[in-house]
Amino acid sequence: MDYSWAPLMGSLVLGLSIASIWLVAALGLTIIYGTAGVINMAHGEFIMLGAYAAYCAQAYLGTPFLLCLPISFVVVALIGLFFERVLIRYLYHRPLDTLLATWGVSLMLTQGVRMIFGSSPKYVQVPEFLSGNVSLGIMNMSSLRILIVLMTVVLIVGIWYLFYRTYFGIKIRAVTQNREMAASFGVNSERIYMCTFALGAGLAGVAGCLFSALAIVLPTMGSNYVVESFLVVVTGGGPLVGSIAASAMMGEFKSFFSYFFNSTFAQFLLFVLIVIVLRFRPNGLFANTAVRR
Amino acid sequence: MPEEDSALVMQYAIDEINEAGGINGSPIEPIIVDAKSDMNVYAQKMRELILRDRVISVFGCYTSASRKAVMPTVMSRDNLLFYPTCYEGKECSQNIVCTGPLANQHSQELIPYMVENFGKRVFFVGSNYVWPKESNKNARIWLDDAGGELLGEEYVPLGSSEFGSVLNKIRRAKPDFIFSTVVGASDIAFHRQFKQAGFNAEDMPIASLTTGEIETRAMGIEYGAGHFLSAPYFQALDNPTNKKFVDGFLGSKYGKSGVTHYNMEETYNSAYVFKAAIEKAIDENGMENVTPRLIRDAAAGVRLSADVSPEGEVWVDENNFNTWLVPKIGQCQEDGSFKIVKTADSHVEPLPYSIYPDAGTCTAQGLKLPSGSIRKDVI
Repeated sequence: MDYSWAPLMGSLVLGLSIASIWLVAALGLTIIYGTAGVINMAHGEFIMLGAYAAYCAQAYLGTPFLLCLPISFVVVALIGLFFERVLIRYLYHRPLDTLLATWGVSLMLTQGVRMIFGSSPKYVQVPEFLSGNVSLGIMNMSSLRILIVLMTVVLIVGIWYLFYRTYFGIKIRAVTQNREMAASFGVNSERIYMCTFALGAGLAGVAGCLFSALAIVLPTMGSNYVVESFLVVVTGGGPLVGSIAASAMMGEFKSFFSYFFNSTFAQFLLFVLIVIVLRFRPNGLFANTAVRR
Repeated sequence: MPEEDSALVMQYAIDEINEAGGINGSPIEPIIVDAKSDMNVYAQKMRELILRDRVISVFGCYTSASRKAVMPTVMSRDNLLFYPTCYEGKECSQNIVCTGPLANQHSQELIPYMVENFGKRVFFVGSNYVWPKESNKNARIWLDDAGGELLGEEYVPLGSSEFGSVLNKIRRAKPDFIFSTVVGASDIAFHRQFKQAGFNAEDMPIASLTTGEIETRAMGIEYGAGHFLSAPYFQALDNPTNKKFVDGFLGSKYGKSGVTHYNMEETYNSAYVFKAAIEKAIDENGMENVTPRLIRDAAAGVRLSADVSPEGEVWVDENNFNTWLVPKIGQCQEDGSFKIVKTADSHVEPLPYSIYPDAGTCTAQGLKLPSGSIRKDVI
């Protein structure tokens, strides 16, 4: 096999792409878990709903693919808001119950979508310029993967700005660090949780819209992404920077392991590696030192 | 993925049989269960069907994993499974009748055709489970015979939608064509990312064993056009029986899929194999004495004429209860239909142990070992 540096560069670029896919899938989960401490088992199904929102917008309204991104965000954010209001908000101080309740929501959503749309896969069309490939000498990347990388960067910058440069962000961080203390200063923590949950769901929707073009739209597609999302969040430890670091690490390792061995063995090695990391850093790479509820 | 449409075509076939008078005047009563692609559910539903609902035969399963999940129950209760799709062989159970192609029937025509028309250098890509691996073992033999060269063999986890590293390897290996046994959702992701990575079907076609009309429509026709499929049936087959099947099914209340597919046709045929077999069993034993075992014995050598089977005449092998059929190669066109570019000269015999000559041969009583002794229920 050829071990010159050109294919290694190719693997590096691919690792970046895999990392961006996992990170964009995990963003919503990171925010919800990092802020409210809710382990959202329905996260994969929110991704799936984003894909179906894109499919519906395209099939029934003829919306171009790029416009489906904000539509998916809004639709899934509203669905997330609904579940937060009727269910999750009663369970914030009972983490095990949220686990069970959100898992129930995930089953409901999968089965509901299957009843409405059937279990055959749906097709989302992408514009011509996104179905090609960009070649820079030795490196190749499909335009769609470049779009995913760019969207991930945009979303991260957006979240960073929201959290660290706005008044709303100060309130989110205050509630994250100490809910009671924040409340005593007049921050409406319930409203903050509600907004964060909707935001997290909306981000999952954007991810779903992107994945609808990359892979397949199926009622069960969420389960493909939820495992990687949880690994990113758990390995990262909760905060945004942790998820970024964890996904970058996992994406590159996955890509290089796949290059040297094969995809199946790469997955095995990656999981072993994560177990080892968690053995020595049980709270993740960037564990939140603030008070955990 | 094609399971839902196969369930619909089964109901269509049962309605058709019942309208024509059923089995000796009694209608077939279907019980439909959804195993949700979960192997535990498959096993549990199979127990319910056999023990509670007391069915006389079961039709279904798609992946080899699901078949292997239900067969212990089917065999221990001596029931009968009609398995209507392609599989790898290497089994000799006395409780199964299969109407799809075995691995030895599947790639025998495809590999030489691709080598002849596109070149000798080939890359194998498959999902990581038993059927792709066994199919690739067969394909390697045909490839050697055709003088081809295997550049690489990659397996991705079942259900995975990440083909970046596989495509990078393909880019470096520069094969003349790709032989794919990627299944289900992964197959769709593979074809999409193949085109998105800048490859095209003219320079490097994918020769698949599974990418049919349903899969092509789900991935988007522009991603499927130009690639090849080996199957015993295509919607585009030009014969009166197929025209009747396509028009009848798509015009019926079950025809919402909009296309027909090799898997659906194999399911349709399995209903007629069942009809022929149970009628024969009733003739020989009387209505009240019929058991699944007698139906299976009666299925030996059952012939579906070209007036019944949309793919043309097929018959069930008397020893291993797989089906003699004519493999065909189709190329996906711009409109999503397949153009048949090659049809095998004659029926190909199903050989479940073709690449394991030392394992023995499958007979109606069980696997006949080289030592002469017989092992029953080999899965």
